[in-house]
Amino acid sequence: MGIIQTEKLTFEYAKHDEEGNVIGMNRAIDEVTLDIDPGSFVAILGHNGSGKSTLAKHINAILVPTEGTMWVNGRDTKDPMELWNVRQSAGMVFQNPDNQIIGTVVEEDVGFGPENLGVPTEDIWKRVEDSLKAVGMIEYRSHSPNKLSGGQKQRVAIAGVIAMHPKCIVLDEPTAMLDPNGRKEVLRTVQELREKEKVTVILITHYMEEVIDADHVFVMDEGHVVMEGTPREIFGCVDELKKYRLDVPQVTMLADELKKRGLDIPNGILRTEELVEALCQLKQNT
Amino acid sequence: MSIKAEHLNYIYSLGTAYEKQALKDVSFEILQGQFVGVIGHTGSGKSTLIQHLNGLVPATSGKLYYEGKNIYDEGYDMRALRGQVGLVFQYPEHQLFEVDVLTDVCFGPKNQGLSPEECEKRAREALELVGFPEKYYKQSPFDLSGGQKRRVAIAGVLAMNPKVLVLDEPTAGLDPRGRDEILDQVAYLHRETDMTVILVSHSMEDIAKYVERIIVMNQGEKMYDGSPKEVFAHYKELEAVGLAAPQVTYILNALAEKGMNIKTDAITITEAADEIMRNFDD
Repeated sequence: MGIIQTEKLTFEYAKHDEEGNVIGMNRAIDEVTLDIDPGSFVAILGHNGSGKSTLAKHINAILVPTEGTMWVNGRDTKDPMELWNVRQSAGMVFQNPDNQIIGTVVEEDVGFGPENLGVPTEDIWKRVEDSLKAVGMIEYRSHSPNKLSGGQKQRVAIAGVIAMHPKCIVLDEPTAMLDPNGRKEVLRTVQELREKEKVTVILITHYMEEVIDADHVFVMDEGHVVMEGTPREIFGCVDELKKYRLDVPQVTMLADELKKRGLDIPNGILRTEELVEALCQLKQNT
Repeated sequence: MSIKAEHLNYIYSLGTAYEKQALKDVSFEILQGQFVGVIGHTGSGKSTLIQHLNGLVPATSGKLYYEGKNIYDEGYDMRALRGQVGLVFQYPEHQLFEVDVLTDVCFGPKNQGLSPEECEKRAREALELVGFPEKYYKQSPFDLSGGQKRRVAIAGVLAMNPKVLVLDEPTAGLDPRGRDEILDQVAYLHRETDMTVILVSHSMEDIAKYVERIIVMNQGEKMYDGSPKEVFAHYKELEAVGLAAPQVTYILNALAEKGMNIKTDAITITEAADEIMRNFDD
Protein backbone atom coordinates (compact mmCIF):
# COMPACT_ATOMS: atom_id res chain seq x y z
CA MET A 1 0.00 0.00 0.00
CA GLY A 2 1.28 3.46 -0.93
CA ILE A 3 1.97 6.24 1.49
CA ILE A 4 -1.00 8.07 0.05
CA GLN A 5 -3.87 6.19 -1.43
CA THR A 6 -7.34 7.22 -2.48
CA GLU A 7 -10.34 5.22 -3.53
CA LYS A 8 -12.93 7.16 -5.56
CA LEU A 9 -12.21 10.25 -3.52
CA THR A 10 -14.93 12.84 -4.08
CA PHE A 11 -15.35 16.26 -2.55
CA GLU A 12 -18.55 18.22 -2.97
CA TYR A 13 -19.53 21.54 -1.51
CA ALA A 14 -22.73 23.52 -1.59
CA LYS A 15 -22.98 26.76 -3.57
CA HIS A 16 -24.95 29.51 -1.87
CA ASP A 17 -26.79 32.55 -3.22
CA GLU A 18 -26.67 36.00 -1.57
CA GLU A 19 -29.25 35.04 1.08
CA GLY A 20 -27.28 31.93 1.99
CA ASN A 21 -29.68 29.45 0.37
CA VAL A 22 -28.15 26.40 -1.22
CA ILE A 23 -28.43 26.71 -5.01
CA GLY A 24 -26.52 23.64 -6.04
CA MET A 25 -23.60 21.37 -5.41
CA ASN A 26 -20.12 21.68 -6.85
CA ARG A 27 -17.87 18.67 -7.29
CA ALA A 28 -14.32 19.92 -6.79
CA ILE A 29 -12.94 16.37 -6.90
CA ASP A 30 -14.73 13.62 -8.72
CA GLU A 31 -13.88 9.99 -7.94
CA VAL A 32 -10.12 10.25 -7.94
CA THR A 33 -8.26 7.00 -7.32
CA LEU A 34 -4.51 7.09 -6.95
CA ASP A 35 -1.63 5.46 -5.17
CA ILE A 36 1.65 7.17 -4.32
CA ASP A 37 4.79 5.17 -3.49
CA PRO A 38 6.73 6.03 -0.33
CA GLY A 39 9.79 8.15 -1.04
CA SER A 40 8.69 9.24 -4.50
CA PHE A 41 8.54 12.75 -5.91
CA VAL A 42 5.12 13.41 -7.34
CA ALA A 43 3.99 16.57 -9.12
CA ILE A 44 0.39 17.68 -9.60
CA LEU A 45 -0.40 20.07 -12.44
CA GLY A 46 -3.69 21.66 -13.34
CA HIS A 47 -5.17 25.07 -14.13
CA ASN A 48 -6.65 27.39 -11.49
CA GLY A 49 -9.80 25.72 -10.23
CA SER A 50 -8.92 22.22 -11.50
CA GLY A 51 -9.13 20.72 -8.00
CA LYS A 52 -5.45 20.20 -7.28
CA SER A 53 -5.29 22.33 -4.13
CA THR A 54 -8.50 20.75 -2.87
CA LEU A 55 -6.91 17.35 -3.34
CA ALA A 56 -3.78 18.52 -1.51
CA LYS A 57 -5.84 19.69 1.44
CA HIS A 58 -7.19 16.17 1.81
CA ILE A 59 -3.70 14.81 2.36
CA ASN A 60 -3.43 16.32 5.81
CA ALA A 61 -7.13 16.26 6.57
CA ILE A 62 -7.82 20.00 6.29
CA LEU A 63 -10.64 18.65 4.14
CA VAL A 64 -12.10 15.15 4.30
CA PRO A 65 -13.83 13.35 1.42
CA THR A 66 -17.60 13.68 1.13
CA GLU A 67 -17.52 10.31 -0.64
CA GLY A 68 -14.77 7.75 -1.11
CA THR A 69 -11.70 7.39 1.06
CA MET A 70 -8.21 8.75 1.50
CA TRP A 71 -5.56 6.89 3.44
CA VAL A 72 -2.39 8.58 4.57
CA ASN A 73 0.24 6.17 5.80
CA GLY A 74 -2.54 3.60 5.99
CA ARG A 75 -4.84 5.73 8.14
CA ASP A 76 -8.28 6.83 7.03
CA THR A 77 -8.37 10.65 7.13
CA LYS A 78 -12.11 10.60 7.84
CA ASP A 79 -11.56 8.98 11.23
CA PRO A 80 -11.38 11.78 13.85
CA MET A 81 -9.28 9.54 16.09
CA GLU A 82 -6.57 9.47 13.42
CA LEU A 83 -6.44 13.21 12.82
CA TRP A 84 -3.18 13.82 14.69
CA ASN A 85 -1.52 10.78 13.17
CA VAL A 86 -2.52 11.93 9.71
CA ARG A 87 -1.25 15.46 10.30
CA GLN A 88 2.01 14.16 11.67
CA SER A 89 2.45 11.91 8.66
CA ALA A 90 1.80 14.65 6.11
CA GLY A 91 2.93 18.25 6.47
CA MET A 92 1.97 21.14 4.21
CA VAL A 93 3.77 24.19 2.86
CA PHE A 94 1.65 26.91 1.27
CA GLN A 95 2.15 29.59 -1.35
CA ASN A 96 2.60 32.71 0.73
CA PRO A 97 5.68 32.61 2.98
CA ASP A 98 4.32 35.43 5.13
CA ASN A 99 1.16 33.57 6.11
CA GLN A 100 2.78 30.53 7.64
CA ILE A 101 5.59 31.84 9.81
CA ILE A 102 4.49 32.64 13.34
CA GLY A 103 7.64 32.69 15.48
CA THR A 104 9.62 35.88 16.15
CA VAL A 105 12.87 33.93 15.87
CA VAL A 106 13.58 31.33 13.17
CA GLU A 107 14.32 28.44 15.56
CA GLU A 108 11.19 29.12 17.63
CA ASP A 109 9.12 28.96 14.50
CA VAL A 110 10.62 25.62 13.50
CA GLY A 111 10.14 24.28 17.05
CA PHE A 112 6.45 25.10 17.11
CA GLY A 113 5.33 21.90 15.35
CA PRO A 114 7.25 19.37 17.45
CA GLU A 115 6.30 21.26 20.61
CA ASN A 116 2.65 20.83 19.72
CA LEU A 117 3.25 17.13 19.21
CA GLY A 118 4.48 16.91 22.82
CA VAL A 119 8.08 16.14 21.90
CA PRO A 120 10.41 16.49 24.96
CA THR A 121 12.32 19.79 25.04
CA GLU A 122 15.79 18.43 24.33
CA ASP A 123 14.51 16.47 21.39
CA ILE A 124 12.82 19.60 20.07
CA TRP A 125 16.17 21.41 20.00
CA LYS A 126 17.75 18.48 18.22
CA ARG A 127 14.96 18.37 15.66
CA VAL A 128 15.11 22.13 15.11
CA GLU A 129 18.82 21.93 14.51
CA ASP A 130 18.56 18.97 12.15
CA SER A 131 15.71 20.51 10.17
CA LEU A 132 17.43 23.87 9.78
CA LYS A 133 20.56 22.07 8.62
CA ALA A 134 18.55 20.05 6.14
CA VAL A 135 17.21 23.21 4.48
CA GLY A 136 20.53 25.05 4.74
CA MET A 137 19.25 27.72 7.13
CA ILE A 138 21.13 26.83 10.31
CA GLU A 139 23.16 30.05 10.31
CA TYR A 140 19.91 32.00 10.51
CA ARG A 141 18.59 30.15 13.56
CA SER A 142 18.55 33.20 15.83
CA HIS A 143 17.39 35.67 13.15
CA SER A 144 14.00 37.27 12.88
CA PRO A 145 11.99 35.71 10.02
CA ASN A 146 10.89 39.22 8.92
CA LYS A 147 14.32 40.01 7.56
CA LEU A 148 14.60 36.90 5.38
CA SER A 149 14.05 36.76 1.63
CA GLY A 150 11.01 34.92 0.23
CA GLY A 151 13.04 31.82 -0.64
CA GLN A 152 14.59 31.75 2.83
CA LYS A 153 11.17 32.09 4.47
CA GLN A 154 9.86 29.16 2.46
CA ARG A 155 12.87 27.08 3.52
CA VAL A 156 12.09 27.92 7.15
CA ALA A 157 8.48 26.87 6.56
CA ILE A 158 9.76 23.58 5.10
CA ALA A 159 12.05 23.10 8.11
CA GLY A 160 9.01 23.64 10.36
CA VAL A 161 7.27 20.79 8.59
CA ILE A 162 10.17 18.36 8.59
CA ALA A 163 10.81 19.01 12.29
CA MET A 164 7.59 17.05 12.80
CA HIS A 165 9.24 14.07 11.08
CA PRO A 166 6.51 13.58 8.50
CA LYS A 167 6.52 10.74 6.01
CA CYS A 168 5.28 13.07 3.34
CA ILE A 169 5.44 16.77 2.55
CA VAL A 170 2.90 18.54 0.37
CA LEU A 171 3.96 21.83 -1.24
CA ASP A 172 1.13 23.87 -2.70
CA GLU A 173 2.68 26.34 -5.16
CA PRO A 174 5.62 27.08 -2.86
CA THR A 175 7.45 29.18 -5.46
CA ALA A 176 4.61 31.28 -6.89
CA MET A 177 5.70 34.41 -5.06
CA LEU A 178 9.46 33.99 -5.34
CA ASP A 179 12.14 35.46 -7.60
CA PRO A 180 14.23 33.11 -9.80
CA ASN A 181 16.84 32.58 -7.09
CA GLY A 182 14.23 31.90 -4.40
CA ARG A 183 12.61 29.39 -6.73
CA LYS A 184 15.92 27.60 -7.24
CA GLU A 185 16.64 27.55 -3.48
CA VAL A 186 13.30 25.96 -2.67
CA LEU A 187 13.57 23.34 -5.40
CA ARG A 188 17.09 22.40 -4.43
CA THR A 189 15.91 22.00 -0.83
CA VAL A 190 13.03 19.79 -1.90
CA GLN A 191 15.39 17.58 -3.93
CA GLU A 192 17.79 17.20 -1.04
CA LEU A 193 15.02 16.30 1.37
CA ARG A 194 13.95 13.58 -0.87
CA GLU A 195 17.43 12.18 -1.35
CA LYS A 196 18.67 12.47 2.23
CA GLU A 197 15.54 12.15 4.36
CA LYS A 198 13.59 9.86 2.01
CA VAL A 199 10.49 11.97 2.47
CA THR A 200 7.70 11.59 -0.07
CA VAL A 201 7.30 14.92 -1.86
CA ILE A 202 4.11 16.13 -3.48
CA LEU A 203 4.60 19.34 -5.41
CA ILE A 204 1.80 21.43 -6.84
CA THR A 205 2.98 24.08 -9.25
CA HIS A 206 2.23 26.21 -12.30
CA TYR A 207 5.88 26.26 -13.38
CA MET A 208 6.45 23.41 -15.80
CA GLU A 209 10.25 23.49 -15.42
CA GLU A 210 9.87 22.55 -11.75
CA VAL A 211 8.46 19.11 -12.39
CA ILE A 212 11.03 17.68 -14.80
CA ASP A 213 12.74 15.78 -11.97
CA ALA A 214 9.53 14.25 -10.64
CA ASP A 215 9.05 10.47 -10.70
CA HIS A 216 5.43 10.81 -11.60
CA VAL A 217 3.15 13.61 -12.77
CA PHE A 218 -0.62 13.88 -12.38
CA VAL A 219 -2.58 16.38 -14.43
CA MET A 220 -5.95 17.44 -13.05
CA ASP A 221 -8.90 19.02 -14.82
CA GLU A 222 -12.46 19.55 -13.55
CA GLY A 223 -11.78 17.42 -10.50
CA HIS A 224 -10.47 14.44 -12.49
CA VAL A 225 -7.00 13.08 -13.05
CA VAL A 226 -6.83 13.41 -16.84
CA MET A 227 -3.20 12.52 -17.51
CA GLU A 228 -0.52 10.71 -15.58
CA GLY A 229 2.97 9.48 -16.33
CA THR A 230 6.61 10.42 -16.20
CA PRO A 231 7.55 14.03 -17.03
CA ARG A 232 8.87 12.84 -20.39
CA GLU A 233 5.57 11.16 -21.23
CA ILE A 234 3.50 14.12 -20.06
CA PHE A 235 5.54 16.84 -21.76
CA GLY A 236 5.57 14.79 -24.94
CA CYS A 237 1.90 15.76 -25.30
CA VAL A 238 2.18 19.50 -25.96
CA ASP A 239 -1.25 19.88 -27.55
CA GLU A 240 -3.09 17.94 -24.90
CA LEU A 241 -1.44 19.96 -22.14
CA LYS A 242 -2.45 23.20 -23.84
CA LYS A 243 -6.02 21.97 -23.89
CA TYR A 244 -5.85 21.79 -20.10
CA ARG A 245 -4.50 25.39 -19.95
CA LEU A 246 -0.99 24.13 -19.22
CA ASP A 247 2.29 24.39 -20.99
CA VAL A 248 5.67 22.69 -21.43
CA PRO A 249 9.12 23.92 -20.38
CA GLN A 250 10.66 26.43 -22.80
CA VAL A 251 13.35 23.98 -23.87
CA THR A 252 10.70 21.37 -24.77
CA MET A 253 8.85 24.00 -26.77
CA LEU A 254 12.03 24.95 -28.65
CA ALA A 255 12.75 21.27 -29.38
CA ASP A 256 9.20 20.91 -30.66
CA GLU A 257 9.57 23.98 -32.89
CA LEU A 258 12.87 22.68 -34.34
CA LYS A 259 11.26 19.35 -35.04
CA LYS A 260 8.43 21.08 -36.88
CA ARG A 261 11.05 22.82 -38.98
CA GLY A 262 12.47 19.44 -40.01
CA LEU A 263 15.27 18.67 -37.57
CA ASP A 264 15.51 15.09 -36.40
CA ILE A 265 15.30 15.60 -32.65
CA PRO A 266 14.15 12.92 -30.18
CA ASN A 267 10.81 13.28 -28.41
CA GLY A 268 10.36 14.48 -24.86
CA ILE A 269 13.38 16.73 -24.37
CA LEU A 270 13.22 18.27 -20.88
CA ARG A 271 16.63 19.72 -20.16
CA THR A 272 18.94 22.25 -21.77
CA GLU A 273 21.78 19.70 -21.86
CA GLU A 274 19.63 17.16 -23.69
CA LEU A 275 18.75 19.58 -26.46
CA VAL A 276 22.32 20.82 -26.78
CA GLU A 277 23.57 17.26 -27.07
CA ALA A 278 20.95 16.30 -29.64
CA LEU A 279 21.81 19.32 -31.77
CA CYS A 280 25.56 18.73 -31.54
CA GLN A 281 25.13 15.13 -32.68
CA LEU A 282 22.93 16.21 -35.52
CA LYS A 283 25.54 18.76 -36.57
CA GLN A 284 28.27 16.12 -36.55
CA ASN A 285 26.25 13.83 -38.75
CA THR A 286 25.62 16.46 -41.41
CA MET B 1 5.14 63.30 -22.37
CA SER B 2 7.17 61.12 -20.07
CA ILE B 3 8.02 59.99 -16.59
CA LYS B 4 11.46 61.20 -15.61
CA ALA B 5 13.23 60.29 -12.38
CA GLU B 6 16.29 62.24 -11.32
CA HIS B 7 18.53 60.94 -8.55
CA LEU B 8 15.73 59.34 -6.55
CA ASN B 9 16.69 58.20 -3.07
CA TYR B 10 14.38 56.55 -0.62
CA ILE B 11 15.31 55.68 2.94
CA TYR B 12 13.04 53.65 5.21
CA SER B 13 12.67 54.47 8.89
CA LEU B 14 15.09 57.37 8.61
CA GLY B 15 16.92 58.06 11.87
CA THR B 16 16.01 54.77 13.55
CA ALA B 17 17.95 51.55 14.07
CA TYR B 18 16.02 50.05 11.14
CA GLU B 19 17.14 52.68 8.66
CA LYS B 20 17.56 51.18 5.23
CA GLN B 21 18.15 52.73 1.85
CA ALA B 22 15.67 51.14 -0.54
CA LEU B 23 16.51 53.34 -3.54
CA LYS B 24 19.92 54.78 -4.33
CA ASP B 25 20.35 57.53 -6.87
CA VAL B 26 17.93 56.11 -9.43
CA SER B 27 17.49 58.08 -12.68
CA PHE B 28 15.66 57.20 -15.89
CA GLU B 29 13.17 58.52 -18.39
CA ILE B 30 10.23 56.50 -19.69
CA LEU B 31 8.59 57.95 -22.78
CA GLN B 32 4.85 57.79 -23.38
CA GLY B 33 3.91 54.56 -25.12
CA GLN B 34 6.89 52.47 -24.03
CA PHE B 35 6.46 48.92 -22.72
CA VAL B 36 9.01 48.57 -19.94
CA GLY B 37 9.84 45.57 -17.77
CA VAL B 38 11.28 45.96 -14.28
CA ILE B 39 13.13 42.99 -12.83
CA GLY B 40 15.08 42.45 -9.63
CA HIS B 41 15.33 39.98 -6.77
CA THR B 42 12.99 40.19 -3.78
CA GLY B 43 14.01 43.28 -1.84
CA SER B 44 15.86 44.90 -4.77
CA GLY B 45 13.70 48.00 -4.58
CA LYS B 46 11.50 47.43 -7.64
CA SER B 47 8.18 47.59 -5.80
CA THR B 48 9.35 50.66 -3.87
CA LEU B 49 10.35 52.22 -7.18
CA ILE B 50 7.01 51.74 -8.87
CA GLN B 51 5.18 53.06 -5.82
CA HIS B 52 7.04 56.31 -6.38
CA LEU B 53 5.59 56.65 -9.87
CA ASN B 54 2.14 57.75 -8.71
CA GLY B 55 3.36 59.55 -5.62
CA LEU B 56 2.21 56.83 -3.23
CA VAL B 57 5.66 56.75 -1.65
CA PRO B 58 7.46 60.11 -1.69
CA ALA B 59 11.22 60.05 -2.33
CA THR B 60 13.56 61.05 0.48
CA SER B 61 15.44 63.13 -2.09
CA GLY B 62 15.51 63.55 -5.84
CA LYS B 63 12.99 64.67 -8.40
CA LEU B 64 10.23 62.90 -10.28
CA TYR B 65 8.73 64.62 -13.30
CA TYR B 66 5.45 63.57 -14.83
CA GLU B 67 4.81 65.34 -18.13
CA GLY B 68 7.47 67.88 -17.28
CA LYS B 69 6.24 68.82 -13.81
CA ASN B 70 8.02 67.79 -10.62
CA ILE B 71 5.42 65.92 -8.58
CA TYR B 72 7.15 66.95 -5.36
CA ASP B 73 6.55 70.66 -6.04
CA GLU B 74 4.23 72.38 -3.62
CA GLY B 75 0.64 72.42 -4.80
CA TYR B 76 1.12 69.57 -7.29
CA ASP B 77 -2.18 67.79 -7.92
CA MET B 78 -1.44 64.26 -6.62
CA ARG B 79 -5.03 63.22 -7.07
CA ALA B 80 -4.89 63.93 -10.77
CA LEU B 81 -1.56 62.10 -10.99
CA ARG B 82 -3.11 58.98 -9.50
CA GLY B 83 -5.78 59.06 -12.16
CA GLN B 84 -3.07 59.26 -14.84
CA VAL B 85 -0.69 56.66 -13.43
CA GLY B 86 -2.69 53.55 -12.54
CA LEU B 87 -1.03 51.09 -10.20
CA VAL B 88 -2.12 47.44 -10.07
CA PHE B 89 -0.67 45.84 -6.95
CA GLN B 90 0.35 42.21 -6.42
CA TYR B 91 -2.65 39.97 -5.91
CA PRO B 92 -5.02 42.84 -6.78
CA GLU B 93 -8.01 40.51 -6.48
CA HIS B 94 -7.64 40.76 -2.71
CA GLN B 95 -8.83 44.32 -3.07
CA LEU B 96 -12.13 43.47 -4.75
CA PHE B 97 -14.96 44.25 -2.37
CA GLU B 98 -18.18 45.28 -4.12
CA VAL B 99 -21.39 43.27 -4.53
CA ASP B 100 -20.93 42.74 -8.25
CA VAL B 101 -18.24 43.07 -10.88
CA LEU B 102 -19.59 46.18 -12.59
CA THR B 103 -20.00 48.10 -9.31
CA ASP B 104 -16.49 47.16 -8.30
CA VAL B 105 -14.98 48.51 -11.50
CA CYS B 106 -17.05 51.73 -11.10
CA PHE B 107 -15.36 52.49 -7.79
CA GLY B 108 -12.33 54.26 -9.30
CA PRO B 109 -14.16 56.60 -11.67
CA LYS B 110 -16.77 57.28 -8.97
CA ASN B 111 -13.97 58.58 -6.75
CA GLN B 112 -12.79 60.76 -9.61
CA GLY B 113 -16.15 62.52 -9.29
CA LEU B 114 -17.71 61.28 -12.54
CA SER B 115 -21.46 60.92 -12.98
CA PRO B 116 -22.97 57.44 -12.47
CA GLU B 117 -23.66 57.12 -16.22
CA GLU B 118 -20.08 58.06 -17.10
CA CYS B 119 -18.78 55.66 -14.43
CA GLU B 120 -20.74 52.80 -15.88
CA LYS B 121 -19.62 53.65 -19.40
CA ARG B 122 -15.99 53.67 -18.30
CA ALA B 123 -16.43 50.43 -16.35
CA ARG B 124 -17.97 48.67 -19.34
CA GLU B 125 -15.17 49.88 -21.62
CA ALA B 126 -12.54 48.74 -19.15
CA LEU B 127 -14.09 45.29 -18.71
CA GLU B 128 -14.26 44.93 -22.46
CA LEU B 129 -10.59 45.92 -22.79
CA VAL B 130 -9.52 43.16 -20.40
CA GLY B 131 -11.70 40.65 -22.22
CA PHE B 132 -14.12 40.03 -19.37
CA PRO B 133 -17.41 38.41 -20.54
CA GLU B 134 -20.49 40.60 -20.18
CA LYS B 135 -22.70 37.82 -18.85
CA TYR B 136 -20.77 37.91 -15.56
CA TYR B 137 -21.01 41.69 -14.97
CA LYS B 138 -23.66 41.23 -12.28
CA GLN B 139 -21.93 38.35 -10.57
CA SER B 140 -20.17 38.70 -7.24
CA PRO B 141 -16.44 39.14 -7.88
CA PHE B 142 -15.75 36.55 -5.20
CA ASP B 143 -17.32 33.75 -7.25
CA LEU B 144 -14.91 34.18 -10.16
CA SER B 145 -11.81 32.14 -11.00
CA GLY B 146 -8.39 33.51 -10.10
CA GLY B 147 -7.69 34.74 -13.63
CA GLN B 148 -11.09 36.41 -14.00
CA LYS B 149 -10.77 38.15 -10.62
CA ARG B 150 -7.48 39.55 -11.71
CA ARG B 151 -8.99 40.89 -14.93
CA VAL B 152 -11.67 42.65 -12.91
CA ALA B 153 -9.02 44.16 -10.64
CA ILE B 154 -7.04 45.42 -13.64
CA ALA B 155 -10.25 46.79 -15.19
CA GLY B 156 -10.82 48.71 -11.94
CA VAL B 157 -7.61 50.63 -12.61
CA LEU B 158 -8.21 50.99 -16.38
CA ALA B 159 -11.63 52.52 -15.70
CA MET B 160 -9.83 55.61 -14.43
CA ASN B 161 -8.42 56.05 -17.97
CA PRO B 162 -4.77 56.11 -16.96
CA LYS B 163 -2.04 57.08 -19.43
CA VAL B 164 0.40 54.85 -17.62
CA LEU B 165 -0.40 51.36 -16.38
CA VAL B 166 1.92 49.89 -13.77
CA LEU B 167 1.51 46.18 -13.02
CA ASP B 168 3.30 44.54 -10.09
CA GLU B 169 3.59 40.81 -10.87
CA PRO B 170 0.19 40.54 -12.53
CA THR B 171 0.55 36.82 -13.27
CA ALA B 172 1.75 35.42 -9.91
CA GLY B 173 -0.25 32.32 -9.02
CA LEU B 174 -2.00 31.99 -12.38
CA ASP B 175 -1.88 28.87 -14.54
CA PRO B 176 0.12 29.05 -17.81
CA ARG B 177 -2.89 29.88 -19.97
CA GLY B 178 -4.04 32.49 -17.46
CA ARG B 179 -0.58 34.04 -17.58
CA ASP B 180 -0.61 34.26 -21.38
CA GLU B 181 -4.16 35.61 -21.48
CA ILE B 182 -3.48 38.45 -19.04
CA LEU B 183 -0.21 39.45 -20.69
CA ASP B 184 -1.61 39.17 -24.23
CA GLN B 185 -4.42 41.45 -23.13
CA VAL B 186 -1.97 43.94 -21.66
CA ALA B 187 0.06 43.84 -24.90
CA TYR B 188 -3.14 44.45 -26.85
CA LEU B 189 -3.99 47.45 -24.66
CA HIS B 190 -0.52 48.79 -25.19
CA ARG B 191 -0.80 48.46 -28.97
CA GLU B 192 -4.29 49.88 -29.24
CA THR B 193 -4.15 52.81 -26.84
CA ASP B 194 -0.58 54.17 -26.78
CA MET B 195 -0.62 53.55 -23.06
CA THR B 196 2.72 53.33 -21.28
CA VAL B 197 3.00 49.93 -19.60
CA ILE B 198 5.42 49.17 -16.79
CA LEU B 199 5.51 45.48 -15.92
CA VAL B 200 7.20 44.06 -12.84
CA SER B 201 7.76 40.32 -13.15
CA HIS B 202 9.85 37.43 -11.85
CA SER B 203 9.34 35.51 -15.08
CA MET B 204 12.24 36.23 -17.42
CA GLU B 205 10.45 34.37 -20.23
CA ASP B 206 7.44 36.69 -19.93
CA ILE B 207 9.62 39.77 -19.82
CA ALA B 208 11.55 38.60 -22.88
CA LYS B 209 8.36 37.96 -24.81
CA TYR B 210 6.58 41.24 -24.18
CA VAL B 211 8.67 44.27 -23.27
CA GLU B 212 10.86 46.54 -25.40
CA ARG B 213 13.05 47.76 -22.56
CA ILE B 214 14.19 46.31 -19.23
CA ILE B 215 15.24 48.13 -16.10
CA VAL B 216 17.14 45.85 -13.71
CA MET B 217 17.15 46.79 -10.04
CA ASN B 218 19.72 45.48 -7.58
CA GLN B 219 20.04 46.53 -3.96
CA GLY B 220 18.20 49.75 -4.58
CA GLU B 221 20.27 50.75 -7.59
CA LYS B 222 19.59 50.66 -11.28
CA MET B 223 21.92 47.95 -12.56
CA TYR B 224 21.02 47.78 -16.25
CA ASP B 225 18.66 49.68 -18.50
CA GLY B 226 18.33 48.57 -22.10
CA SER B 227 16.65 46.36 -24.68
CA PRO B 228 15.94 42.75 -23.62
CA LYS B 229 18.75 41.54 -25.88
CA GLU B 230 21.25 43.91 -24.29
CA VAL B 231 20.17 43.10 -20.76
CA PHE B 232 19.98 39.31 -21.11
CA ALA B 233 23.44 39.28 -22.70
CA HIS B 234 24.60 39.88 -19.12
CA TYR B 235 23.03 36.63 -17.96
CA LYS B 236 25.98 35.70 -15.78
CA GLU B 237 25.85 39.03 -13.95
CA LEU B 238 22.08 38.68 -13.62
CA GLU B 239 22.50 35.28 -11.99
CA ALA B 240 24.95 36.73 -9.52
CA VAL B 241 22.21 39.05 -8.28
CA GLY B 242 19.50 36.39 -8.00
CA LEU B 243 18.01 36.74 -11.47
CA ALA B 244 18.29 34.71 -14.63
CA ALA B 245 17.83 34.87 -18.37
CA PRO B 246 15.14 33.04 -20.38
CA GLN B 247 15.91 29.34 -20.84
CA VAL B 248 16.67 29.81 -24.57
CA THR B 249 19.56 32.13 -23.71
CA TYR B 250 21.24 29.28 -21.86
CA ILE B 251 20.66 26.86 -24.72
CA LEU B 252 22.20 29.22 -27.29
CA ASN B 253 25.19 29.96 -25.09
CA ALA B 254 25.78 26.24 -24.52
CA LEU B 255 25.64 25.62 -28.28
CA ALA B 256 28.09 28.45 -28.96
CA GLU B 257 30.44 26.99 -26.35
CA LYS B 258 30.31 23.65 -28.17
CA GLY B 259 31.65 25.43 -31.19
CA MET B 260 28.47 25.96 -33.16
CA ASN B 261 28.39 29.14 -35.19
CA ILE B 262 25.58 30.85 -33.35
CA LYS B 263 24.63 34.33 -32.17
CA THR B 264 23.51 34.14 -28.56
CA ASP B 265 21.22 37.16 -28.36
CA ALA B 266 17.91 35.50 -29.26
CA ILE B 267 15.48 35.63 -26.35
CA THR B 268 12.28 34.09 -27.66
CA ILE B 269 11.61 30.61 -28.99
CA THR B 270 11.03 31.74 -32.57
CA GLU B 271 14.23 33.77 -32.65
CA ALA B 272 16.20 30.92 -31.12
CA ALA B 273 14.77 28.42 -33.62
CA ASP B 274 15.68 30.77 -36.52
CA GLU B 275 19.22 31.07 -35.23
CA ILE B 276 19.67 27.32 -34.72
CA MET B 277 18.22 26.51 -38.16
CA ARG B 278 20.85 28.72 -39.82
CA ASN B 279 23.33 26.04 -38.79
CA PHE B 280 21.43 23.32 -40.55
CA ASP B 281 19.98 24.99 -43.62
CA ASP B 282 23.16 25.12 -45.66
